[in-house]
Amino acid sequence: MLSLESITKTIQDWLFAKFTPQIALTIECVIVILLCITLFAVLGLVLVLLERKVAARIQIRLGPNRVGPGGIFQTAADTLKLIMKEGLTPDAADKFLFNLAPFVVMMVAMLLLAPIAFAKNFQIWDINIGVLYVSSISSLSVIGILMAGWASNNKYSLLGAMRSGAQIVSYELSAGFAVLTIVVLTGSLQISEIVASQENGWWLFKGHIPVIIAFVLYIIAVTAETNRAPFDLAEAESELTAGFHTEYSGMKFALFFLAEYINIFIVCAIGATLFLGGWMPLHIGHWKDFNHIMDYIPSSVWFMGKTFFLIFLIMWFRWTFPRLRVDQLLNLEWKYLLPISLFNLLLVTVIAIMGWHF
Amino acid sequence: MYNQTEIIKDTTNLGPDGELVVNMGPQHPATHGVLHLVVTLNGETIKKIEPHLGYIHRSIEKMCESLTYRQFIYVTSRMDYLSSHINNTACALLVEKGMQIEVPERAKVVRTILNELTRIASHELWIGAMAMDLGAFTPFFYAFREREMITDIMEDTCGARLTMNYIVPGGLMYDIHPDFQTKVKAFVKQFKEKVTEYEDLVTGNVIFQSRTQGVGTLSYEDAISYGCTGPVARASGVSCDMRKIAPYDAYDRVEFDEVIETAGDSFARYIVRVKEMNQSIRIIEQLIDNIPEGDFVGKTKNVLKLAKGEFYQRVETARGELGVYIVSEGATTPYRIKFRSPGFSNLSVLDHIAKGSKIGDLMATMGTLDLVIPDIDR
Repeated sequence: MLSLESITKTIQDWLFAKFTPQIALTIECVIVILLCITLFAVLGLVLVLLERKVAARIQIRLGPNRVGPGGIFQTAADTLKLIMKEGLTPDAADKFLFNLAPFVVMMVAMLLLAPIAFAKNFQIWDINIGVLYVSSISSLSVIGILMAGWASNNKYSLLGAMRSGAQIVSYELSAGFAVLTIVVLTGSLQISEIVASQENGWWLFKGHIPVIIAFVLYIIAVTAETNRAPFDLAEAESELTAGFHTEYSGMKFALFFLAEYINIFIVCAIGATLFLGGWMPLHIGHWKDFNHIMDYIPSSVWFMGKTFFLIFLIMWFRWTFPRLRVDQLLNLEWKYLLPISLFNLLLVTVIAIMGWHF
Repeated sequence: MYNQTEIIKDTTNLGPDGELVVNMGPQHPATHGVLHLVVTLNGETIKKIEPHLGYIHRSIEKMCESLTYRQFIYVTSRMDYLSSHINNTACALLVEKGMQIEVPERAKVVRTILNELTRIASHELWIGAMAMDLGAFTPFFYAFREREMITDIMEDTCGARLTMNYIVPGGLMYDIHPDFQTKVKAFVKQFKEKVTEYEDLVTGNVIFQSRTQGVGTLSYEDAISYGCTGPVARASGVSCDMRKIAPYDAYDRVEFDEVIETAGDSFARYIVRVKEMNQSIRIIEQLIDNIPEGDFVGKTKNVLKLAKGEFYQRVETARGELGVYIVSEGATTPYRIKFRSPGFSNLSVLDHIAKGSKIGDLMATMGTLDLVIPDIDR
């Protein structure tokens, strides 16, 4: 069967047979970078369209349906428009930081693509601290947002950036603790090992109560971390016009927009990896035939299916809930989510030490 | 031009105590029009709100003084454009009162139905816009689905969807459309089915409740002293429904409750409006099958002239009490005219009730005050 694993292996074997190892490695790097950028662009296009279609479905309307069949080229047309637009820089802005900020946000999003296992043995960098890498890099995006908010020299931007800073720093904790729950059970930070540990059943469905709590906490925390409604206070268009990116236009705005969607994809991919088994097909205990049939579905399909399910969940939140107020947002984290996650971590640690998990 | 160090040193943006002064509007997504609020902030907390008006002032009152008693009614559609029928009714009622014009029963009943439909349409738009202020987009589309049916009825009846200009001194401009009754009944049926969707989506939502309960609380005394009317005052326990206090048209023969809540917060104002829509439906249901046959407009003179003196008429618009005050010198045009608009008084309370709350609360408070800027500026 044609799998992503065999393709990468063929390419690697061919490269190493033709060139010296250094050159082969360099070529591989270039290919990976190109693939990353392509994925970045394609994901942006797909997710923006998906969001608009989901929103339209929920809001009893049709959504984009003019450019291409079913409006599938709408986002491409929008991107073209944004590229053609003039990228204004306000006079009073700090020019260097103002222009740097969108790239910081985007670069952080791109770095996060590295440890994600898209399919069986199809991963850019299977680093042994994979989960830690993701949580540490994802917290960098707040720097880009603060940079944008401060450098714009706009009061709305500043307020939005302030909110965003408080929000991301707070919710990182809950997200981190939720991730740690799985790390404790798996005993590894490496993405490939976490996936391998779910061969006989995904963590969410193994019946551990702490894992289910952690999953709920994770979804709430990452929704907040990616500045999505109901936690979109950094943008809060009815309060702060557009929050930290009020002054941005054209492609610089598009980069923020794109980075937001890539971040959603990444957090959902991590969520799918940790709780829903990543690329691992659905296996049920001793049903050998069933498991065998499930194995025929390519692992990349499993991974994407799970990720897009979580993405849909987050989009569903956005189009259903009103926005929280800033003090309620912080109360929710510090008074409810954080104590719950700490207790949850304690619980799972006890379970792991006593060996009650399976 | 600035450089970086100047930006840090620049204190012109800051108030005397390091406060941040933000200009919300005249172009801002939450002000729903060209309202300009100068908001003094301390971090996220509001210290002072100063509304600046006049961006959409069209001097309607002065304009009305040069128009005849038939013509000036049409200008008033542009005041509170969401209650244009009710504005027109107020002016027509005043002219009828001043000249003792007999209005046919048919016209009275149709006017009442149209006024209530207008009220529902206005509240529908308000629900959508307010939910949007709080960050929920979806209720807007649900609300507009029903509002669309009303605007379609309006279009059939008088050709316009927003600024109707259908009511003339003495009755109606034309007779109603033959399909009027069936369409209104269809609307009532659909509305009763779909109103639960708002309850599910908005009223019962935990986030919505926590955003509105206890936010922007207006006390009974303040509501009276600031001259608040309409749902804003009724949410604070003030009984002020003109349809009950001074019934006009067919309101004296229909049964409906004046919705009164006592909490006075944004959530109470929301509840009042939702319940008011149901009361409007009740009124429409009582009248729609009982539209009397007969003339749709009474006998009037060709040239209308109000006797010398002062005239006042008040009605209940979707936002509160609209008063029309005319001083006549006996000519074909008013000598002086003044509209007492509900939005202006309701806006004046904003600084009082939003002070000390967060920016997010300002949106909830402003949203539930239901401000229509052309009504405030005129």
